[in-house]
Amino acid sequence: MTNPENLALRRGIAGTVLFDGELASRGLALNTMCFSFNEAANRAAFLADEDGYCRQYGLTAEQRAAVARRDVPAMLEVGGNVYYLAKLAGIFGLNVQDLGALQTGMSVAEFKQYLLDQAADAGIGRGTDGVSSPIMGVAA
Amino acid sequence: MSATIVGGYFSSHVPGIGGAIARGDQREAYWKPFFDGYPPVQRWLADARPDVAVVFYNDHGLNFFLDALPTFAVGAAAEYPNEDEGWGLPVYKTFAGDPGLSWHIIEELVGSDFDVTMCQRMKVDHALSIPFELAYPDADAWPVKIVPIAINTVQYPLPSPRRCHALGQAVHRALQNWQDDTRVVVVGSGGLSHQLDGARAGFVNADYDRFCLDHLAADPQALLRHSAEEVAAIAGTQGVEILNWIAARGALGDAPLCEVTRNYHIPISNTAAATLVLASA
Repeated sequence: MTNPENLALRRGIAGTVLFDGELASRGLALNTMCFSFNEAANRAAFLADEDGYCRQYGLTAEQRAAVARRDVPAMLEVGGNVYYLAKLAGIFGLNVQDLGALQTGMSVAEFKQYLLDQAADAGIGRGTDGVSSPIMGVAA
Repeated sequence: MSATIVGGYFSSHVPGIGGAIARGDQREAYWKPFFDGYPPVQRWLADARPDVAVVFYNDHGLNFFLDALPTFAVGAAAEYPNEDEGWGLPVYKTFAGDPGLSWHIIEELVGSDFDVTMCQRMKVDHALSIPFELAYPDADAWPVKIVPIAINTVQYPLPSPRRCHALGQAVHRALQNWQDDTRVVVVGSGGLSHQLDGARAGFVNADYDRFCLDHLAADPQALLRHSAEEVAAIAGTQGVEILNWIAARGALGDAPLCEVTRNYHIPISNTAAATLVLASA
């Protein structure tokens, strides 16, 4: 058995839900559709008739609505996995930094700055790289 | 006989790196601190002359899907093509395989109670290709054959760091018993800390990343005390790609290693990116 502390972490990390069997089951149809987007012809078919394509893959009403609204947090909630949602996002011209902004409520510029701020906090670009710093940010 | 393990090469594999290479952005201010980490890798590989790379990586939905997802999968194919991963980007060069060595590794793994999936047809995605694009930027054809070993880092339950390290150790035993002195480089692809999904998207943890970089060579046990879930808490949901580095470290064996080069940079896209070479002493 997975130990209870690890199971608790699946839903216990702030701002994070780990993709496990519960979510994988919920999201199978949505992720199957996204997997189909590896083929250019399927991307074109989706763009030609979004809702029809979603129905063809058996998405639930909730999943179809999340896709129609481009609502990434809702897509995660209904079982979408980010590796597969990234293929859907690509059809909309969105990259993972756009996805980051959509999930955090930041603008894309703010999201990019958030990464740069973390780099500055870590001393990146100030010549301190490689300095040993064996401190955990999160107790485990 | 025994294969000659020349060392380990570890690299991040963000898809955007492929885009930067295609655009020729290596010297742009955003990318330069990252790409500057690779000339030492290229020089080391030119000197070490590996024939085969045993590559630990995670597939992002090119060869495998969530409907039938192996925890550990070993390629045993004569060739490994890349294909469209959904974004219509240029396709990476096909790798040649070494089926004889693949089956030998599979025999050792299953004999050691690692019941792996065996793949005679296997596509490899950016996670496998990008470290080689970075290491051999001018190659018309890849100068090494590969044995790809895919680890599930996407759908929980994931294998633990301890189990991934033991998998690597079993691969090491297989290399020690190989029929000739094939020169082998072990590759760990992915990481370091990053998170693509959820309200915590964009999270990185330089302290944990430096801890990993500092301990991987001399004290890999330090990285094994966390569960996969704990690594996700510490290093982000995709920070669990460190499992590939941990498995690769196991495949290097217990003999002393020396650090040839190291680079660490934040950010590449949403990721804290790292490059490391550990040579057999």
